Amino acid sequence: MAACARLTRALVVPGATLGGPGLRWLSRSVGPGQAVYDVVVAGGGMVGTAMACALGFGAWDHICNMRYKPFRRMQVWDACSEALITFDKDDLDDMGYIVENNVIMSALTKQLDAVTDQVEVVYRSKVISYTWPGPFFNEETSPWVQVTLADGCQIQTKLLIGADGQNSGVRRAAGIQNVSWPYNQSAVVATLHLSEPTDNNVAWQRFLPSGPIALLPLSDTMSSLVWSTSHEHAAELVSMEEENFLDAINSAFWSDASHTDFIDSAGSLMQYVFTLLQPTNSSARQLPPSVAKVEPKSRALFPLGMGHAVEYVRPRVALIGDAAHKVHPLAGQGVNMGFGDISSLVHHLSTAAFNGKDLGSLSHLAEYETERQRHNVSLIAATDLLKRLYSTTLSPLVLLRTWGLQATNAVPPLKEQIMAFASK
Amino acid sequence: MKQVLVCWRDRKGQGTRAQAMWGSWGLRAVRARGWGPAGVRSAHRGTEPRRATAPEGKQSNRILLMTPWLFSDKGIIYFKYNNITFAYSDKMKNYRYAGMRLYSSSATVDPKEMKTFKALAYKWWDEQGAYAPLHSMNDLRVPFIRDNLLKMVTNHQLGSPLSGMKILDVGCGGGLLCEPLGRLGALVTGIDPLNENIKTAQQHKSFDPVLDKRIQYKACSLEDIVEETAETFDAVVASEVVEHVNDLETFIQCCCQVLKPGGSLFITTINKTQLSYALGIIFAEQIAGIVPKGTHTWEKFVSPEELESFLESNGLLVQTITGMLYNPFSGYWRWTENTSLNYAAHAIKSSAQVETEEHHTKVPGIDGQEASQK
Repeated sequence: MAACARLTRALVVPGATLGGPGLRWLSRSVGPGQAVYDVVVAGGGMVGTAMACALGFGAWDHICNMRYKPFRRMQVWDACSEALITFDKDDLDDMGYIVENNVIMSALTKQLDAVTDQVEVVYRSKVISYTWPGPFFNEETSPWVQVTLADGCQIQTKLLIGADGQNSGVRRAAGIQNVSWPYNQSAVVATLHLSEPTDNNVAWQRFLPSGPIALLPLSDTMSSLVWSTSHEHAAELVSMEEENFLDAINSAFWSDASHTDFIDSAGSLMQYVFTLLQPTNSSARQLPPSVAKVEPKSRALFPLGMGHAVEYVRPRVALIGDAAHKVHPLAGQGVNMGFGDISSLVHHLSTAAFNGKDLGSLSHLAEYETERQRHNVSLIAATDLLKRLYSTTLSPLVLLRTWGLQATNAVPPLKEQIMAFASK
Repeated sequence: MKQVLVCWRDRKGQGTRAQAMWGSWGLRAVRARGWGPAGVRSAHRGTEPRRATAPEGKQSNRILLMTPWLFSDKGIIYFKYNNITFAYSDKMKNYRYAGMRLYSSSATVDPKEMKTFKALAYKWWDEQGAYAPLHSMNDLRVPFIRDNLLKMVTNHQLGSPLSGMKILDVGCGGGLLCEPLGRLGALVTGIDPLNENIKTAQQHKSFDPVLDKRIQYKACSLEDIVEETAETFDAVVASEVVEHVNDLETFIQCCCQVLKPGGSLFITTINKTQLSYALGIIFAEQIAGIVPKGTHTWEKFVSPEELESFLESNGLLVQTITGMLYNPFSGYWRWTENTSLNYAAHAIKSSAQVETEEHHTKVPGIDGQEASQK
């Protein structure tokens, strides 16, 4: 029996977030006095909106009707050596999907429109302050969270979900400590046209000493670029001429400038060893496509850093998405972790609702926090470690990572584990 | 009897906030977010604990300034680590009957069991506080009630599984069980002899418009409403109550009278075994000092067999008896086969129509002698 408890209404309020209008999700019970909402989602980008839609699924269908690109293979290699690792499923099934931000937002917004009786969206609003309930039940003060909007509206809710991005206002107001450090890198994103149409179903990533460059397929002729590099270089890339930009990209993928003989020979030695041990293994090295054109006005950059909130929950507050954690894009897991948060929180909330519990009660929120922190912390730690490991050209470390990469490539079960963890 | 006063300050040291707790740290209380005990000091029994006031808008940060000094009545300083044990919950139930003497005399309510609950009435709703085990017992009791009631109906509304049902919660205390049942759609009547408890319960539900309409509270005992509510309830819940009543037979008779034919009676209580004596009386009251001495009377604990015989002799067919176990470290309850400590029972009032489709999934209570190793 599925746990079905319907929240009467959710309200989503836009706040200042990276992507799109913020959405606040409130659920209103009609009655005398001030309305009390079941849940408020503060901030809506992809994660906030998805949380609001979590009551009803079907957003994926909207995405399918728009644009998405399945990819079958992922090739990751090093600029300082010949080592590479490939991920693919046994029968070359779709490994995953690349979907543009805008497409996701659009699909989710469409889905929200379908549940207007339960979800109310307040566009273009900003939260001024939050008032938390006291720790003890008091006749005078309300036990609900009070949210004050810029237009003077006061909203009460039983549970406030903070989905308002890395500079989360909810997190700050709740006084939750955030462990963070900047990476001194910026990511440059752009939409590129390939030089020739191809069965574009491979995701490419190359680790340069300055940072990883990745090419993700969007369609048979277009790919998305994510290039993490130093602040200065990123600013340069964004402002340079299109031709020079394309040259830079192509050479980043093809150039052998960072190779050293020592590492090359060490790498081929290890490769030889693995071929001896497992002659049947290893897929062939493929060559990444070259790019011919940049979509006009699609170049942008944003700073990178790492962030993790020490607590995800407080009584009547829960953090999801970037408000709770921020990660380097080298593994492409940022928003995926957010979606994972949503599915876990929805599961716990619906079980709690089916047990008639108060939604803001810490007991089930703490379970959500434990579950997600276990998963997220390991992923963030691994990504941070990879980033540090690959940002250097020191020979011992390069040797270590070359051999490590080759070893991981040679062990299919390990790769499957990695893929499974990343797709949770 | 010792009352423990817990004080703490928020990070800026802006004043102290105090709460009288019955040594209710446990590990759950310590995990309380945003606020926490800073010091522990015991006060004498007569002291009214200082009422906690929430600072405006600021969440205090969790600082545990442990000053583990306790003054006993004799002025001796010693450290006390108070743990929540199995028997904690029934101690709380005791408190619900505090002040009975002031209200009325009744065959079932024991006036001796009541005094200090008045001071504790407002602490019902602190989930990490003194009543934490009761709050977490909801994780067992609510699904127990909900699922057994759903078995009786053929279809239910999605989102409100108990809608249309009328439930009576006898000895509701602060309304801990009434509110979840109300959220699931039932129309709940909660009765408790203690005025303060009813007031707390009413105030708490008044903030939620939906619950305000679905739940009603009354300060009275069961006998007082038997005549006017005969055969009106789909279910009666007597959770952690029967071990405190004077006359169990009369109590069950009254429950049966207010039930509709085919209605359900849900009881959770403590078994009368050597184990419950060891843990519930000796450990909780005398060793750990959590439960004030004399709160419990082991003689009034009810064994499942005894309960079953009372139920059956009053026309209630027992459907299920299952044991419950509390883990003081995690703060969670769980179901167990062993009924030698806490257990839950479900019985149905027989009627002409309801045939004896007896799902006798009873687990026989374990004799006191055999239970000692558990």
